[in-house]
Amino acid sequence: MPHTAPSRDQPGVVATTRPADEPCARLDGIAVTVGRTPILRNLDLVLNAGEVIGVLGGNGSGKSTLLRLLATLVRPSRGRGAVLGHELGGPGTIAVRPRIALVGHLPALYPQLTLAENLHLVARLTGREERSADRALALVGLAGAAHRRAESCSQGMARRAELARVVLAEPSLLLLDEIHSGLDRDAVELVDEVVTGVRGRGGACVLVSHEPDRLTGVADRLVRIVDGRARPEPQAVDAR
Amino acid sequence: MSRPTTTPTPLARCLALAAKDLRVERRSGEALLVIAPFGAVALLLAPLAVGVDTPLLAELGPALYWLVVLLFGVLVTLRGSAVDGPHQRAMLALTGVGPRILLAGRTLGNVALLLGFELLLAPVAVLLYNPDLTGWPWLLPVLVLVAGGLAVLGSIADALAAGLDGRTSLGPLLTAPIAVPLLLGATGVLNAARYDRPPWPWLLLVVTVDLVAALLAAWCATHMEDVA
Repeated sequence: MPHTAPSRDQPGVVATTRPADEPCARLDGIAVTVGRTPILRNLDLVLNAGEVIGVLGGNGSGKSTLLRLLATLVRPSRGRGAVLGHELGGPGTIAVRPRIALVGHLPALYPQLTLAENLHLVARLTGREERSADRALALVGLAGAAHRRAESCSQGMARRAELARVVLAEPSLLLLDEIHSGLDRDAVELVDEVVTGVRGRGGACVLVSHEPDRLTGVADRLVRIVDGRARPEPQAVDAR
Repeated sequence: MSRPTTTPTPLARCLALAAKDLRVERRSGEALLVIAPFGAVALLLAPLAVGVDTPLLAELGPALYWLVVLLFGVLVTLRGSAVDGPHQRAMLALTGVGPRILLAGRTLGNVALLLGFELLLAPVAVLLYNPDLTGWPWLLPVLVLVAGGLAVLGSIADALAAGLDGRTSLGPLLTAPIAVPLLLGATGVLNAARYDRPPWPWLLLVVTVDLVAALLAAWCATHMEDVA
Protein backbone atom coordinates (compact mmCIF):
# COMPACT_ATOMS: atom_id res chain seq x y z
CA MET A 1 0.00 0.00 0.00
CA PRO A 2 1.57 3.29 -0.97
CA HIS A 3 2.23 5.78 1.76
CA THR A 4 3.09 9.42 1.73
CA ALA A 5 6.67 10.31 2.44
CA PRO A 6 6.99 12.97 5.14
CA SER A 7 7.99 15.73 2.74
CA ARG A 8 5.72 14.85 -0.12
CA ASP A 9 3.24 17.57 0.55
CA GLN A 10 5.89 20.21 0.92
CA PRO A 11 5.97 22.94 -1.67
CA GLY A 12 9.12 22.81 -3.72
CA VAL A 13 9.60 19.10 -3.23
CA VAL A 14 8.46 16.82 -6.00
CA ALA A 15 6.13 14.14 -4.80
CA THR A 16 7.36 10.59 -4.85
CA THR A 17 5.53 7.38 -4.33
CA ARG A 18 7.39 4.90 -2.23
CA PRO A 19 5.51 1.84 -1.04
CA ALA A 20 5.54 1.49 2.74
CA ASP A 21 7.48 -1.73 2.62
CA GLU A 22 10.04 -0.36 0.21
CA PRO A 23 13.39 0.45 1.80
CA CYS A 24 14.72 4.00 1.92
CA ALA A 25 17.64 2.85 -0.14
CA ARG A 26 18.52 -0.32 -1.97
CA LEU A 27 21.78 -1.02 -3.75
CA ASP A 28 22.14 -4.15 -5.89
CA GLY A 29 25.54 -5.11 -7.21
CA ILE A 30 26.66 -1.49 -7.33
CA ALA A 31 30.07 -0.56 -8.61
CA VAL A 32 31.53 2.95 -8.52
CA THR A 33 34.68 3.89 -10.33
CA VAL A 34 36.35 7.23 -9.76
CA GLY A 35 38.61 8.05 -12.67
CA ARG A 36 40.00 4.63 -13.45
CA THR A 37 40.05 3.48 -9.87
CA PRO A 38 37.30 1.10 -8.78
CA ILE A 39 36.11 2.20 -5.36
CA LEU A 40 33.01 0.10 -4.78
CA ARG A 41 32.58 -3.34 -6.33
CA ASN A 42 29.41 -5.37 -6.45
CA LEU A 43 28.06 -3.74 -3.29
CA ASP A 44 24.67 -4.75 -1.93
CA LEU A 45 22.94 -2.79 0.79
CA VAL A 46 19.39 -2.34 2.00
CA LEU A 47 18.50 0.58 4.25
CA ASN A 48 15.04 0.29 5.73
CA ALA A 49 12.83 3.11 6.96
CA GLY A 50 13.58 4.00 10.56
CA GLU A 51 16.89 2.23 10.43
CA VAL A 52 20.33 3.52 11.37
CA ILE A 53 23.30 1.79 9.80
CA GLY A 54 26.89 2.28 10.87
CA VAL A 55 29.45 1.88 8.13
CA LEU A 56 32.99 0.97 9.06
CA GLY A 57 36.09 0.63 6.97
CA GLY A 58 39.68 1.66 6.67
CA ASN A 59 41.00 4.75 5.00
CA GLY A 60 40.19 4.75 1.30
CA SER A 61 37.83 1.79 1.60
CA GLY A 62 35.00 3.70 -0.07
CA LYS A 63 32.91 4.79 2.92
CA SER A 64 32.60 8.38 1.77
CA THR A 65 31.95 7.27 -1.80
CA LEU A 66 29.10 5.13 -0.52
CA LEU A 67 27.60 8.18 1.18
CA ARG A 68 27.96 10.26 -1.99
CA LEU A 69 26.32 7.46 -3.94
CA LEU A 70 23.39 7.37 -1.52
CA ALA A 71 23.21 11.17 -1.77
CA THR A 72 22.81 10.70 -5.56
CA LEU A 73 25.96 12.75 -6.11
CA VAL A 74 27.85 9.85 -7.70
CA ARG A 75 26.56 7.66 -10.47
CA PRO A 76 27.09 3.92 -10.28
CA SER A 77 29.20 2.54 -13.08
CA ARG A 78 27.47 -0.82 -12.72
CA GLY A 79 24.54 -2.31 -10.85
CA ARG A 80 21.23 -0.80 -9.85
CA GLY A 81 20.03 1.18 -6.93
CA ALA A 82 17.18 3.29 -5.69
CA VAL A 83 17.10 6.04 -3.07
CA LEU A 84 13.79 7.23 -1.59
CA GLY A 85 11.93 5.61 -4.46
CA HIS A 86 14.10 7.07 -7.23
CA GLU A 87 16.37 5.05 -9.44
CA LEU A 88 19.99 6.14 -9.05
CA GLY A 89 21.02 8.10 -12.12
CA GLY A 90 17.40 8.31 -13.22
CA PRO A 91 15.53 11.44 -14.28
CA GLY A 92 14.05 12.18 -10.85
CA THR A 93 17.37 12.34 -9.09
CA ILE A 94 17.46 16.10 -8.63
CA ALA A 95 13.91 16.15 -7.27
CA VAL A 96 14.73 13.74 -4.46
CA ARG A 97 17.86 15.54 -3.30
CA PRO A 98 16.19 18.04 -0.94
CA ARG A 99 15.07 15.03 1.11
CA ILE A 100 18.66 13.93 1.62
CA ALA A 101 21.16 15.55 3.97
CA LEU A 102 24.85 14.83 3.79
CA VAL A 103 27.33 16.04 6.35
CA GLY A 104 30.78 15.35 4.97
CA HIS A 105 33.99 15.06 6.90
CA LEU A 106 34.79 18.65 5.95
CA PRO A 107 32.28 21.47 6.44
CA ALA A 108 30.26 22.61 3.44
CA LEU A 109 30.17 26.17 4.73
CA TYR A 110 31.34 29.23 2.84
CA PRO A 111 34.19 30.49 5.02
CA GLN A 112 33.61 34.17 4.16
CA LEU A 113 29.94 34.03 5.12
CA THR A 114 28.59 34.06 8.64
CA LEU A 115 26.91 30.97 10.00
CA ALA A 116 23.54 32.71 9.67
CA GLU A 117 24.24 33.68 6.06
CA ASN A 118 25.24 30.12 5.25
CA LEU A 119 21.98 28.82 6.68
CA HIS A 120 19.94 31.61 5.10
CA LEU A 121 21.29 30.61 1.69
CA VAL A 122 20.03 27.06 2.21
CA ALA A 123 16.70 28.40 3.45
CA ARG A 124 16.28 30.63 0.38
CA LEU A 125 17.21 27.88 -2.04
CA THR A 126 14.78 25.44 -0.47
CA GLY A 127 11.87 27.83 -0.01
CA ARG A 128 12.08 28.21 3.75
CA GLU A 129 11.95 31.34 5.81
CA GLU A 130 15.20 32.78 7.09
CA ARG A 131 13.92 32.72 10.65
CA SER A 132 13.68 28.91 10.37
CA ALA A 133 17.41 28.96 9.76
CA ASP A 134 17.90 31.18 12.80
CA ARG A 135 15.83 28.78 14.89
CA ALA A 136 17.90 25.85 13.65
CA LEU A 137 21.09 27.62 14.67
CA ALA A 138 19.62 28.35 18.09
CA LEU A 139 18.62 24.71 18.45
CA VAL A 140 22.20 23.54 17.98
CA GLY A 141 23.47 26.15 20.43
CA LEU A 142 24.87 28.62 17.92
CA ALA A 143 22.49 31.54 18.39
CA GLY A 144 25.29 33.60 19.91
CA ALA A 145 27.67 32.82 17.08
CA ALA A 146 25.21 33.25 14.24
CA HIS A 147 26.95 36.37 12.95
CA ARG A 148 30.43 34.98 13.18
CA ARG A 149 32.11 34.12 9.90
CA ALA A 150 32.51 30.40 9.33
CA GLU A 151 36.26 30.83 8.80
CA SER A 152 36.64 32.04 12.37
CA CYS A 153 34.64 29.19 13.89
CA SER A 154 36.14 26.12 15.50
CA GLN A 155 35.72 22.70 13.91
CA GLY A 156 33.13 21.83 16.52
CA MET A 157 31.12 24.97 15.78
CA ALA A 158 31.27 24.25 12.06
CA ARG A 159 29.99 20.75 12.79
CA ARG A 160 27.13 22.18 14.80
CA ALA A 161 26.31 24.55 11.95
CA GLU A 162 26.18 21.55 9.64
CA LEU A 163 23.79 19.87 12.06
CA ALA A 164 21.69 23.03 11.98
CA ARG A 165 21.44 22.57 8.22
CA VAL A 166 20.18 19.03 8.83
CA VAL A 167 17.65 20.31 11.38
CA LEU A 168 16.49 22.89 8.85
CA ALA A 169 16.18 20.40 6.01
CA GLU A 170 14.30 17.67 7.93
CA PRO A 171 15.69 14.97 5.64
CA SER A 172 14.27 11.52 5.06
CA LEU A 173 17.75 10.18 4.51
CA LEU A 174 20.59 11.43 6.68
CA LEU A 175 24.18 10.65 5.77
CA LEU A 176 26.88 11.50 8.30
CA ASP A 177 30.56 11.11 7.54
CA GLU A 178 32.85 10.95 10.57
CA ILE A 179 30.41 13.24 12.30
CA HIS A 180 31.82 12.69 15.77
CA SER A 181 35.29 13.97 15.08
CA GLY A 182 35.95 17.29 16.79
CA LEU A 183 32.71 17.25 18.77
CA ASP A 184 32.39 17.71 22.51
CA ARG A 185 30.07 15.58 24.64
CA ASP A 186 27.10 17.94 24.26
CA ALA A 187 27.48 17.97 20.51
CA VAL A 188 27.65 14.18 20.39
CA GLU A 189 24.33 14.13 22.21
CA LEU A 190 23.06 16.60 19.65
CA VAL A 191 24.03 14.19 16.88
CA ASP A 192 22.07 11.47 18.64
CA GLU A 193 19.04 13.77 18.89
CA VAL A 194 19.22 14.63 15.20
CA VAL A 195 19.52 10.98 14.26
CA THR A 196 16.62 10.09 16.54
CA GLY A 197 14.56 12.85 14.93
CA VAL A 198 15.14 11.50 11.44
CA ARG A 199 14.39 7.96 12.57
CA GLY A 200 11.24 9.16 14.32
CA ARG A 201 9.96 10.69 11.08
CA GLY A 202 10.37 7.34 9.34
CA GLY A 203 13.63 8.27 7.75
CA ALA A 204 16.90 6.43 7.77
CA CYS A 205 20.48 7.27 8.64
CA VAL A 206 23.88 6.08 7.60
CA LEU A 207 26.78 6.94 9.87
CA VAL A 208 30.29 6.44 8.64
CA SER A 209 33.20 6.05 10.99
CA HIS A 210 36.48 4.23 11.14
CA GLU A 211 36.03 3.83 14.89
CA PRO A 212 33.42 1.21 15.84
CA ASP A 213 33.08 2.62 19.36
CA ARG A 214 31.68 5.84 17.95
CA LEU A 215 28.71 3.96 16.53
CA THR A 216 27.92 1.96 19.62
CA GLY A 217 24.47 2.75 20.88
CA VAL A 218 23.53 4.70 17.81
CA ALA A 219 23.47 2.26 14.91
CA ASP A 220 21.04 -0.64 14.63
CA ARG A 221 23.57 -2.65 12.68
CA LEU A 222 27.03 -2.28 11.31
CA VAL A 223 28.49 -3.08 7.94
CA ARG A 224 32.12 -2.94 6.97
CA ILE A 225 33.37 -1.97 3.54
CA VAL A 226 36.04 -4.42 2.50
CA ASP A 227 37.38 -4.60 -1.03
CA GLY A 228 34.57 -2.38 -2.18
CA ARG A 229 31.84 -4.66 -0.82
CA ALA A 230 29.62 -4.25 2.22
CA ARG A 231 29.91 -7.07 4.72
CA PRO A 232 27.88 -7.40 7.90
CA GLU A 233 30.00 -6.68 10.93
CA PRO A 234 29.87 -9.73 13.25
CA GLN A 235 29.58 -7.69 16.42
CA ALA A 236 26.44 -5.90 15.45
CA VAL A 237 25.40 -3.16 17.81
CA ASP A 238 21.87 -3.42 19.02
CA ALA A 239 21.41 -0.82 21.66
CA ARG A 240 18.02 0.42 20.57
CA MET B 1 12.05 22.25 12.11
CA SER B 2 10.38 23.83 9.12
CA ARG B 3 8.65 22.83 5.99
CA PRO B 4 9.25 24.83 2.81
CA THR B 5 6.71 27.63 2.78
CA THR B 6 7.01 28.51 -0.88
CA THR B 7 8.42 27.07 -4.03
CA PRO B 8 11.33 29.34 -4.87
CA THR B 9 11.23 30.49 -8.46
CA PRO B 10 14.29 29.84 -10.63
CA LEU B 11 14.91 33.60 -10.64
CA ALA B 12 14.80 33.77 -6.84
CA ARG B 13 17.29 30.91 -6.65
CA CYS B 14 19.56 32.58 -9.21
CA LEU B 15 19.45 35.81 -7.24
CA ALA B 16 20.23 33.99 -3.99
CA LEU B 17 23.23 32.30 -5.61
CA ALA B 18 24.46 35.51 -7.22
CA ALA B 19 24.07 37.39 -3.93
CA LYS B 20 26.13 34.69 -2.23
CA ASP B 21 28.90 35.03 -4.83
CA LEU B 22 28.95 38.80 -4.53
CA ARG B 23 28.99 38.68 -0.74
CA VAL B 24 31.89 36.23 -0.80
CA GLU B 25 33.67 38.52 -3.28
CA ARG B 26 33.03 41.59 -1.17
CA ARG B 27 34.74 39.91 1.77
CA SER B 28 37.55 38.14 -0.05
CA GLY B 29 38.15 40.92 -2.58
CA GLU B 30 39.72 38.41 -4.93
CA ALA B 31 38.30 39.80 -8.16
CA LEU B 32 38.22 43.50 -7.56
CA LEU B 33 41.07 43.95 -5.10
CA VAL B 34 43.52 41.43 -6.54
CA ILE B 35 42.77 40.96 -10.24
CA ALA B 36 41.72 44.55 -11.02
CA PRO B 37 45.02 46.07 -9.83
CA PHE B 38 46.88 43.60 -12.03
CA GLY B 39 44.70 44.71 -14.93
CA ALA B 40 45.58 48.32 -14.17
CA VAL B 41 49.26 47.41 -14.11
CA ALA B 42 48.89 45.73 -17.49
CA LEU B 43 47.33 48.93 -18.84
CA LEU B 44 50.24 50.88 -17.38
CA LEU B 45 52.88 48.64 -18.94
CA ALA B 46 51.70 49.24 -22.50
CA PRO B 47 52.61 52.96 -22.51
CA LEU B 48 55.98 52.07 -21.04
CA ALA B 49 56.57 49.65 -23.91
CA VAL B 50 55.26 51.97 -26.63
CA GLY B 51 57.09 55.03 -25.35
CA VAL B 52 55.95 58.64 -25.56
CA ASP B 53 54.14 58.30 -28.86
CA THR B 54 50.92 59.83 -27.50
CA PRO B 55 48.87 59.66 -30.74
CA LEU B 56 49.72 55.98 -31.10
CA LEU B 57 48.69 55.31 -27.49
CA ALA B 58 45.42 57.17 -28.02
CA GLU B 59 44.83 55.03 -31.12
CA LEU B 60 45.66 51.76 -29.34
CA GLY B 61 43.97 52.68 -26.07
CA PRO B 62 40.49 51.20 -26.63
CA ALA B 63 41.88 47.97 -28.06
CA LEU B 64 44.31 47.57 -25.15
CA TYR B 65 41.52 48.28 -22.68
CA TRP B 66 39.33 45.57 -24.15
CA LEU B 67 42.26 43.17 -24.35
CA VAL B 68 42.93 43.61 -20.64
CA VAL B 69 39.20 43.30 -19.86
CA LEU B 70 39.08 40.07 -21.84
CA LEU B 71 42.18 38.43 -20.38
CA PHE B 72 41.74 39.50 -16.78
CA GLY B 73 37.96 39.23 -16.98
CA VAL B 74 38.36 35.53 -17.69
CA LEU B 75 40.21 35.21 -14.39
CA VAL B 76 37.39 37.08 -12.64
CA THR B 77 34.84 34.62 -13.98
CA LEU B 78 36.92 31.59 -13.10
CA ARG B 79 37.20 32.35 -9.43
CA GLY B 80 33.85 30.59 -8.91
CA SER B 81 35.23 27.08 -8.76
CA ALA B 82 37.60 28.26 -6.05
CA VAL B 83 34.63 29.62 -4.06
CA ASP B 84 32.61 26.42 -4.45
CA GLY B 85 34.70 23.48 -3.32
CA PRO B 86 33.45 19.90 -3.63
CA HIS B 87 31.65 20.08 -0.29
CA GLN B 88 29.88 23.32 -1.15
CA ARG B 89 28.89 21.92 -4.54
CA ALA B 90 27.44 18.84 -2.84
CA MET B 91 25.54 21.03 -0.39
CA LEU B 92 24.09 23.14 -3.21
CA ALA B 93 23.13 20.02 -5.19
CA LEU B 94 21.27 18.66 -2.17
CA THR B 95 19.15 21.79 -1.97
CA GLY B 96 17.61 20.52 -5.21
CA VAL B 97 19.11 23.27 -7.33
CA GLY B 98 19.96 21.90 -10.76
CA PRO B 99 23.01 22.73 -12.86
CA ARG B 100 20.98 25.09 -15.04
CA ILE B 101 20.16 27.37 -12.11
CA LEU B 102 23.65 27.04 -10.66
CA LEU B 103 25.05 28.18 -13.99
CA ALA B 104 22.59 31.04 -14.30
CA GLY B 105 23.25 32.21 -10.74
CA ARG B 106 26.98 32.13 -11.28
CA THR B 107 26.57 34.05 -14.54
CA LEU B 108 24.46 36.71 -12.87
CA GLY B 109 27.09 37.24 -10.22
CA ASN B 110 29.81 37.31 -12.85
CA VAL B 111 27.99 39.99 -14.86
CA ALA B 112 27.93 42.25 -11.81
CA LEU B 113 31.59 41.57 -11.05
CA LEU B 114 32.71 42.12 -14.63
CA LEU B 115 30.79 45.37 -14.87
CA GLY B 116 32.55 46.53 -11.72
CA PHE B 117 35.85 45.37 -13.18
CA GLU B 118 35.24 47.24 -16.44
CA LEU B 119 34.17 50.40 -14.64
CA LEU B 120 37.26 50.31 -12.42
CA LEU B 121 39.62 49.97 -15.37
CA ALA B 122 37.90 52.44 -17.72
CA PRO B 123 39.10 55.64 -15.98
CA VAL B 124 42.59 54.15 -15.73
CA ALA B 125 42.61 53.58 -19.49
CA VAL B 126 41.30 57.10 -20.16
CA LEU B 127 43.95 58.57 -17.89
CA LEU B 128 46.82 56.62 -19.41
CA TYR B 129 45.88 56.69 -23.09
CA ASN B 130 43.82 59.85 -23.47
CA PRO B 131 41.73 58.26 -26.22
CA ASP B 132 39.32 60.16 -28.46
CA LEU B 133 36.02 59.72 -26.63
CA THR B 134 33.80 60.74 -29.53
CA GLY B 135 30.76 58.45 -29.50
CA TRP B 136 31.36 57.43 -25.89
CA PRO B 137 27.63 56.72 -25.26
CA TRP B 138 28.12 53.60 -27.39
CA LEU B 139 30.46 52.41 -24.70
CA LEU B 140 27.59 51.88 -22.28
CA PRO B 141 25.75 49.08 -24.12
CA VAL B 142 29.08 47.57 -25.12
CA LEU B 143 30.22 47.41 -21.49
CA VAL B 144 27.05 45.55 -20.55
CA LEU B 145 27.11 43.22 -23.57
CA VAL B 146 30.78 42.32 -23.16
CA ALA B 147 30.27 41.71 -19.45
CA GLY B 148 27.28 39.49 -20.26
CA GLY B 149 29.05 37.46 -22.95
CA LEU B 150 32.22 37.05 -20.98
CA ALA B 151 30.27 36.13 -17.85
CA VAL B 152 28.38 33.37 -19.66
CA LEU B 153 31.51 31.99 -21.29
CA GLY B 154 33.45 32.12 -18.04
CA SER B 155 30.65 30.41 -16.13
CA ILE B 156 30.51 27.60 -18.68
CA ALA B 157 34.27 27.11 -18.59
CA ASP B 158 34.21 27.28 -14.81
CA ALA B 159 31.46 24.67 -14.56
CA LEU B 160 33.15 22.36 -17.06
CA ALA B 161 36.58 22.68 -15.49
CA ALA B 162 35.40 22.53 -11.86
CA GLY B 163 37.23 19.88 -9.90
CA LEU B 164 39.83 19.28 -12.60
CA ASP B 165 43.52 19.66 -11.85
CA GLY B 166 44.15 21.93 -14.82
CA ARG B 167 41.24 24.21 -14.01
CA THR B 168 43.20 27.44 -14.10
CA SER B 169 44.75 26.61 -17.48
CA LEU B 170 41.73 24.97 -19.01
CA GLY B 171 39.34 27.81 -18.21
CA PRO B 172 41.11 30.52 -20.22
CA LEU B 173 41.79 28.06 -23.05
CA LEU B 174 38.07 27.31 -23.32
CA THR B 175 36.96 30.91 -22.96
CA ALA B 176 39.47 33.07 -24.79
CA PRO B 177 38.98 31.77 -28.38
CA ILE B 178 35.19 32.26 -28.25
CA ALA B 179 35.60 35.63 -26.58
CA VAL B 180 37.86 37.03 -29.32
CA PRO B 181 34.88 38.29 -31.38
CA LEU B 182 33.79 40.20 -28.27
CA LEU B 183 37.13 41.99 -28.31
CA LEU B 184 36.86 42.73 -32.03
CA GLY B 185 33.26 43.88 -31.75
CA ALA B 186 33.81 46.08 -28.71
CA THR B 187 36.82 47.79 -30.29
CA GLY B 188 35.01 48.06 -33.61
CA VAL B 189 31.99 49.81 -32.09
CA LEU B 190 34.13 52.54 -30.55
CA ASN B 191 36.28 52.99 -33.66
CA ALA B 192 33.20 53.18 -35.89
CA ALA B 193 31.57 55.75 -33.62
CA ARG B 194 34.78 57.79 -33.58
CA TYR B 195 35.06 57.85 -37.38
CA ASP B 196 31.37 58.54 -37.83
CA ARG B 197 30.64 55.15 -39.34
CA PRO B 198 27.62 53.05 -38.30
CA PRO B 199 28.62 50.96 -35.26
CA TRP B 200 25.65 48.62 -35.68
CA PRO B 201 27.46 45.80 -37.50
CA TRP B 202 30.04 45.60 -34.68
CA LEU B 203 27.36 45.81 -32.03
CA LEU B 204 25.52 43.04 -33.84
CA LEU B 205 28.68 40.94 -33.68
CA VAL B 206 28.84 41.39 -29.91
CA VAL B 207 25.14 40.58 -29.55
CA THR B 208 25.62 37.49 -31.72
CA VAL B 209 28.48 36.26 -29.54
CA ASP B 210 26.30 36.82 -26.48
CA LEU B 211 23.48 34.82 -28.03
CA VAL B 212 25.80 32.01 -29.09
CA ALA B 213 27.25 31.96 -25.58
CA ALA B 214 23.74 31.81 -24.09
CA LEU B 215 22.78 28.93 -26.39
CA LEU B 216 26.02 27.15 -25.54
CA ALA B 217 25.25 27.62 -21.85
CA ALA B 218 21.74 26.21 -22.29
CA TRP B 219 23.13 23.19 -24.14
CA CYS B 220 25.86 22.62 -21.57
CA ALA B 221 23.37 22.99 -18.71
CA THR B 222 21.11 20.38 -20.30
CA HIS B 223 24.06 18.03 -20.58
CA MET B 224 25.09 18.73 -17.00
CA GLU B 225 21.48 18.09 -15.97
CA ASP B 226 21.72 14.67 -17.57
CA VAL B 227 24.84 13.69 -15.72
CA ALA B 228 23.86 15.31 -12.41
